[in-house]
Amino acid sequence: MERFLPLIWRNAMRSKRRTVLTVSSIIVSLFLFATIRTVLTSFDASLETADAARLVTRRSTSLTFPLPLSYRDRLAQIPGVEAVTWSSWFGGVYIDERHFFMQLAVDPETYIPMYSEYVLEPKEIEDFQRERTACIVGEKLAAKYGFGHGDRITLQGTIYPGTWDFVVRGIARAPEGRDLDTNFMLLSWDYLNERIGNPGVVGIYTTKLSDPTRAGEVSRLIDATFANSAAETKTETEKAFQLGFITMLGNIRTVIFAIGTAIVIAIFLVSMNTMMMAARERTKEMAILKAIGFTDAAVLGLVLTESILIAITGGIVGTAFAKALFHFSDFTVGGFFPSFVVTWGTVARALGIALALGIISGAIPALNASRLRVVDAMRHTG
Amino acid sequence: MAVPIQYNLRNLFVRRTATLMTAGGIALVVAILVMTLALANGFRQTLVATGRSDNVIFTRGGAITEVQSAIDREVARILQSDPGVARLPDGTPLGANEAVVLTNLAKRSDPTATSNVTVRGVDSRVVQLRPEVRVVDGRFFEAGMDEVIVGRSISERFVGCGLGETVRFGARDWRIVGIFDSGGTGFDSEIWGDVESMLPAFDRDAYSSVTVRLADPAAFEAMKARVEADPRLRVDTMREDDYYSSQSSEIAAAIRVLGLFLVIVMAAGAIFGALNTMYAAVGARAREIGIMLAIGYRPSSILLSFLFESVFLCLIGGVFGCILALPVHGLSTGTTNWSTFSEVAFKFRITPGILLVGLLAASILGLIGGYFPARNAARRSVIDALRGN
Repeated sequence: MERFLPLIWRNAMRSKRRTVLTVSSIIVSLFLFATIRTVLTSFDASLETADAARLVTRRSTSLTFPLPLSYRDRLAQIPGVEAVTWSSWFGGVYIDERHFFMQLAVDPETYIPMYSEYVLEPKEIEDFQRERTACIVGEKLAAKYGFGHGDRITLQGTIYPGTWDFVVRGIARAPEGRDLDTNFMLLSWDYLNERIGNPGVVGIYTTKLSDPTRAGEVSRLIDATFANSAAETKTETEKAFQLGFITMLGNIRTVIFAIGTAIVIAIFLVSMNTMMMAARERTKEMAILKAIGFTDAAVLGLVLTESILIAITGGIVGTAFAKALFHFSDFTVGGFFPSFVVTWGTVARALGIALALGIISGAIPALNASRLRVVDAMRHTG
Repeated sequence: MAVPIQYNLRNLFVRRTATLMTAGGIALVVAILVMTLALANGFRQTLVATGRSDNVIFTRGGAITEVQSAIDREVARILQSDPGVARLPDGTPLGANEAVVLTNLAKRSDPTATSNVTVRGVDSRVVQLRPEVRVVDGRFFEAGMDEVIVGRSISERFVGCGLGETVRFGARDWRIVGIFDSGGTGFDSEIWGDVESMLPAFDRDAYSSVTVRLADPAAFEAMKARVEADPRLRVDTMREDDYYSSQSSEIAAAIRVLGLFLVIVMAAGAIFGALNTMYAAVGARAREIGIMLAIGYRPSSILLSFLFESVFLCLIGGVFGCILALPVHGLSTGTTNWSTFSEVAFKFRITPGILLVGLLAASILGLIGGYFPARNAARRSVIDALRGN
């Protein structure tokens, strides 16, 4: 095989323009494939922050209705519940509506231990618990806006009117090797509650279970406890709660998937066409090779190796480009996705598609040619 | 003299595998372009068509949507008595205090999937305020009776929202006595009931918004200035149609950006394909081009001829693409509008303008993909071309 490599290389380079164009179209198609698949995997990645041992309890009517603070103690007494914390969606506007990020008003004493997967210095936690206007920002958010310790963040309230000032006292980091979302800001629920006149209401309760396998049972117990009260609850695992946001998008996911499939087919057609054209034009040469003693298998091997080489080159460049672009540009579709990372699964699939493309577009004309009689093939005009 | 068009058409036919595959690629690019534009258009149409320009909506200062807003009864009374508000024959102001809340309902297609549906507490004057809303099945709700009417697209898509069924929210059961149609606007994705029954059910005291009809549609600025100058009010004033279209801007922009990105990248890929096809077409016909030059066709005619061939090839793809996209027209889908955190139903809407854009895009692909190979063909010297190089 080795001695054929120069032949394959010269064949590929015979029409440099065509090879470059073909490789380019494959680069484009696999870049698109990687991008679209990353949109879909990012939907799912947002679920990975969920912990199986945590339940979320919200008002059954909808998330926009609050629960009374008094539920805190009743939740703590339910068997199987190890810890309780609560949070409220703050919904402030930073600069203008385009600069959206999540802000949660949390109880500093209980929330930080509940979400212990985020890395914070003891001093940072202490400051956040002591100072009413302190806030903690996630490292991605901090990097995006250049927030550092001691910086002031001013939010314009939409749910809670007025101008709100916070001082950054902590930067929450994701632990090594875990792709946790850190596009968030935490502020003190006590401060919020006090400033809006002590209504004593919270958005959601999060409870930690002593035994994650009992999630279903404990959820039912919690909802039964508050049934037929003024504020009925709905309790589900953290994962199911987050999944709820994705199902709210409805068919959009299907639409993206359909578009993605159509695109892959479209560019597949285009690339395959050009590669088959190249091989068809060489039908006469294949006949010559056979005439001078090359076996059918050797001819097939030559053509296949060339087309696989071209397709894989395009695949590697296109996927690497997507991986690098989204890695270095910190692209998040306007903050919609917590993280937009091309996964290795996507890379593997893209290269698989490139390989398939190379095999199919090389094999069809090569098989056609091997079926021809040498004499007919030599007469062939491409 | 121009090269006969027949020559190009026959060539496309002779190389039909390549023609079909290239046209197929272009067809899919055009189909995606048309579908994305139809999706963005449908979404925009739904929200832009919602609301009237002679209605004014007041929300609490700083609140971006009605759900976040709260307006006290006293403030509502002052707003309704503004001198710019139109009056009914009996002298009462044509305005309504409304309470807007969200409730989580299960979808018929998958009862484990839920979505937030807008529930609007309205007043009986809403019929005059929004005359586009008609009850198409059943009757209007009766005040104080725990009855609601449901927008057509919610009725079709959510569990328990059909006529005669009951839906539970705010710790009460509400009987559905009517289905309404608002002519494809955002109101079709809402549930309406009596505002004075809904406030206590949701344990609220304040309204969400106040909507009034302008006596003189041109007097909006005057009313806005008057209201904003009143220190007791602290409300945001918007024309009703502007309010709804502002809620669509984020998603419509997201769809457009995503669509544009896809189409540009796909178009780049398709151009590489078209270039290759046309280079191959030109290369295989080197001798023919030589003959044409020898018998006196001018290089510019040959350039035009190949350009025509390429544009025609891509237009075949464009037409197929448009036909491929047509079935999605009228297909209705729903998503959560993140600006309001609530469900909105809308349809794919393909317009002749969108189809034209699709065909135009195909022609542009053809022009770019054909120009370089065509120039290549036209620039050959007769001798070289006749030798078949």
